Amino acid sequence: MSIQKVQNNKAWFMVLPVLILVAISAIIPLMTVVNYSVQDTFGGNEFFWVGTEWFQEVLASERFHNALLRTLVFSGLILAIEIPLGILIALAMPKRGWGVSVCLVLMALPLLIPWNVVGTIWQVFGRVDIGLLGHGLASLGIDYNYTQNNLDAWLTLILMDVWHWTSLVVLLCYSGLVSIPEVYYQAARIDGASRWAVFRFIQLPKIKRVLLIAVLLRFMDSFMIYTEPFVVTGGGPGNITSFLSIDLVQMAVGQFDLGPAAAMSLIYFLIILLICWVFYTVMTSYDNDEQSSGGGAQ
Amino acid sequence: MLELRNISFHQGDEIFLDDVSLLMERGELNILLGPTLSGKTTLMRIMAGLDKPNSGELLFDGVSVLGMPVQKRNVAMVYQQFINYPSLTVFENIASPLRVARVEQNQIGIQVAEVAELLQLTQMLDRMPDTLSGGQQQRVALARALVKKADLVLLDEPLANLDYKLREELRAELPALFAAMGAVLVYATTEPTEALVLGGNTVCLHEGRVEQFGPTLDLYRTPTGLRSAKIFSDPPLNSVEVECVAGQFIYAKSRQPLGIKIEQIPDGSYTLAVRPHHLSRKKEAGNEIEVEGNVSVTELTGSETFVHFSMEDSPWVALLHDVQDFAVASTIKFYLKPQHLFLFDSHGVLVEWQSEINN
Amino acid sequence: MASIQLQSLAHRYPSAPDYALRSMQQTWSDGGAYALLGPSGCGKTTLLNIISGLLKPSEGRVLFDDIDVTDLTTEQRNIAQVFQFPVVYDTMTVAENLAFPLHNRGIAKNEIEKRVADVLQMLDLQDRANDRARSLTADDKQKISLGRGLVRTDVQAILFDEPLTVIDPHLKWQLRTELKKIHQRFQHTMIYVTHDQTEALTFADQVIVMYEGAVVQIGTPQQLFETPEHTFVGRFIGSPGMNVLSCEVDASDAIFAGKRFPLSKTVDASASRFELGIRPEHIKLSAGDGMPLTVTALEDVGRHVIVRGEIEGTELSTLVKDGDTIPQNPHVSFDSAHVNLYADDYRVASGKGG
Repeated sequence: MSIQKVQNNKAWFMVLPVLILVAISAIIPLMTVVNYSVQDTFGGNEFFWVGTEWFQEVLASERFHNALLRTLVFSGLILAIEIPLGILIALAMPKRGWGVSVCLVLMALPLLIPWNVVGTIWQVFGRVDIGLLGHGLASLGIDYNYTQNNLDAWLTLILMDVWHWTSLVVLLCYSGLVSIPEVYYQAARIDGASRWAVFRFIQLPKIKRVLLIAVLLRFMDSFMIYTEPFVVTGGGPGNITSFLSIDLVQMAVGQFDLGPAAAMSLIYFLIILLICWVFYTVMTSYDNDEQSSGGGAQ
Repeated sequence: MLELRNISFHQGDEIFLDDVSLLMERGELNILLGPTLSGKTTLMRIMAGLDKPNSGELLFDGVSVLGMPVQKRNVAMVYQQFINYPSLTVFENIASPLRVARVEQNQIGIQVAEVAELLQLTQMLDRMPDTLSGGQQQRVALARALVKKADLVLLDEPLANLDYKLREELRAELPALFAAMGAVLVYATTEPTEALVLGGNTVCLHEGRVEQFGPTLDLYRTPTGLRSAKIFSDPPLNSVEVECVAGQFIYAKSRQPLGIKIEQIPDGSYTLAVRPHHLSRKKEAGNEIEVEGNVSVTELTGSETFVHFSMEDSPWVALLHDVQDFAVASTIKFYLKPQHLFLFDSHGVLVEWQSEINN
Repeated sequence: MASIQLQSLAHRYPSAPDYALRSMQQTWSDGGAYALLGPSGCGKTTLLNIISGLLKPSEGRVLFDDIDVTDLTTEQRNIAQVFQFPVVYDTMTVAENLAFPLHNRGIAKNEIEKRVADVLQMLDLQDRANDRARSLTADDKQKISLGRGLVRTDVQAILFDEPLTVIDPHLKWQLRTELKKIHQRFQHTMIYVTHDQTEALTFADQVIVMYEGAVVQIGTPQQLFETPEHTFVGRFIGSPGMNVLSCEVDASDAIFAGKRFPLSKTVDASASRFELGIRPEHIKLSAGDGMPLTVTALEDVGRHVIVRGEIEGTELSTLVKDGDTIPQNPHVSFDSAHVNLYADDYRVASGKGG
């Protein structure tokens, strides 16, 4: 028993460098933000204590409410489109043969492009004067202009995100699907299961785990989206595509309201943490369930 | 010599091993016999150093090895799945433990050839593992364990994934191979027949507990408890609940007398058990006990007959050394010699007894 | 239920150089219990998948009750099949798993309930009916797989692909006899694939022994035991298998170790190789009667002892019943009625009186 204890202590010692690294890279900057969020300054190096005033101001502000709502709607729409679409594409992909690598490369392509380049591509792509999409739609007689029309701006951003990120969902689901043994499909044919039943009772349960990861990644990413809308619409027209992240940067860098910006980023951070916690709970409850059966089969 | 002292292992509420103490000598084969989930694999993982027990001591040649990582112990393991390096030839597969141990090049050639000869792999040394049959692949895995000259060799159901006939062949070959190794050998299996053919010592495991440990044949012939008798029986052991009232045995269910009298046995509940091949259709000695049951199904193998029947509502099976068919639901009588009867008390402990038959 | 006919059936996997299944002509009767027995790679699973329609044969036809089903899908053939490894629908309960094949075929709810209850009873799973399938042990999962095959009463045939591989020995006995009982009760056409002779012989009325993609013998367990048509069958069936001993032939006598064994008929001596087949069960061990045996090893397997030995350098096995003793100076004599003579591996004659 004593040997075990010594080894445990050694293990703590080993993770110390990581702890220091995390402290420098995450905890100390975070504390700086916390510091800003509870003080006010009139320039120079003079600060004075304001307590929770900035938090109250941010939470009460209409601007924050609207930005939060826009961000939530955006994330919801992204998930509602990308997850089913990703599953459908993954199901349609070939399981063997030369088609597999072709599909995989095609799927991986959008993921390789940097965020700001994606933004620039779509910014140009959607322009009515020179963009293929914008000009094409205009010549078909459709009144499309993402810089002036609210709906067009949203559609463009969503289309762009779907184009950029659905592949991720596809690849994750595909990896789950190909790991299902052939005998499951054979048994389903014997049992006379419909295509829907095969999906519902074999494929969906088997890809549930990767699907949860996909949902989590896509939610976090879309909830924090900044670069692409910044490049394409810059938050406009008006404030219509001004998501939390864009709003935050405007406040902090544009208006230099460091106090409210710090308070807002902390709230933003807490919202993400809360949602992560929800996902984590859902995932681990599923895992525990699995583990109790796994233990039985050992 | 490997010694386990009061090893216990649990995770949360689940107990995998409970107070296991065993002493295993070099050059001897030790068989872990028990159904799935009885703790065989857990015990092997602890012996190898892959898992740490919650309490207890593990000594190798008198030295505690509990804290020693698996890489430092000289252990070889063979699994149920045929695990070989797919990109290496059979020769390189067998040579791999020697390369790790930095054995000289010409020595490697000699040792691999030696082991390959023993396992009949000489013709296949240049081939890739996936071009071999299952039996040959498992031979390669065995050769790798053998060439390592490990102090402790663990074999976890190594023949389970092989065809019946191949299994039979390898079972017959293994004891000689093991004898040549000079290591502490531990072999896990779920099959009583396999344990009998391999010989050596057997540990009967049930729900993480050692039921009995000793020379394999002794264990088979005189189980000390009902559990080890059941584990070590294929076809399954026949048993029936009986009661002793004033030295007179009656069936617990029907309250009918058995027709045997046993001296100096306290009154109470007992379990009476007999192995299927000890039931006979003929009276030979004259002192046989008669049992009667209703046939549920007859299985014929061409040379033997398994008659499944219901005895006092317990499922019994008789193994007859010829081919006889019995109609379903017909009543059938069997005779068994008193010396083949096992009697267990209400705690499942074997009771020594002398019998007298009242006719 | 249906009879099954295989007409000039053969199969070669695309890009494979050789046939996995060589041309065969078979008729299996309605309500029979058949076992396909052979070592791995002999083509038995390929044949099973062709019958169930999971695989389309490259040559030949499959007929159910004289109706050609070669081009029909598995669903259209109405077949039940149980696989080697358990297949359960994780998210469903045990009862829902069993109801699934019936549910898919639009069977009435009360009928489904009745049949599911029946199968739960048969497999001793009543207590677990409402448990999630994924929380079960491998044994219980395989029971569910079996149950999904047995729950349908209208199937043409039930096919089993080594269904007891992952099952513990004790439960194996229980499930095997349960299958046998079910067959006797419902008279389904059942086809059982296995490499385990005990499973094949105890389960089937007719055993089909396969070797390298071809059927080498079809017969009752007793026929396979007593008159194996090929030395492979003799060796493969029985534990230990038949002794196959090199011998000479002189008209209607086989000569082994200087001893003559009269045959049922005169044999044409043109074959390149003659062998005498005798089962260990048909060799008698005694103190001084017959050929002297040099014992090399004894294997006590509980119910009997396997005696391995040599006669004039030829290896031979025999059995001694539990409780009997092995004599000091052992001699063996063959039961001449149970001798078989093989010319180039095929049986050409039996012992006189046999």
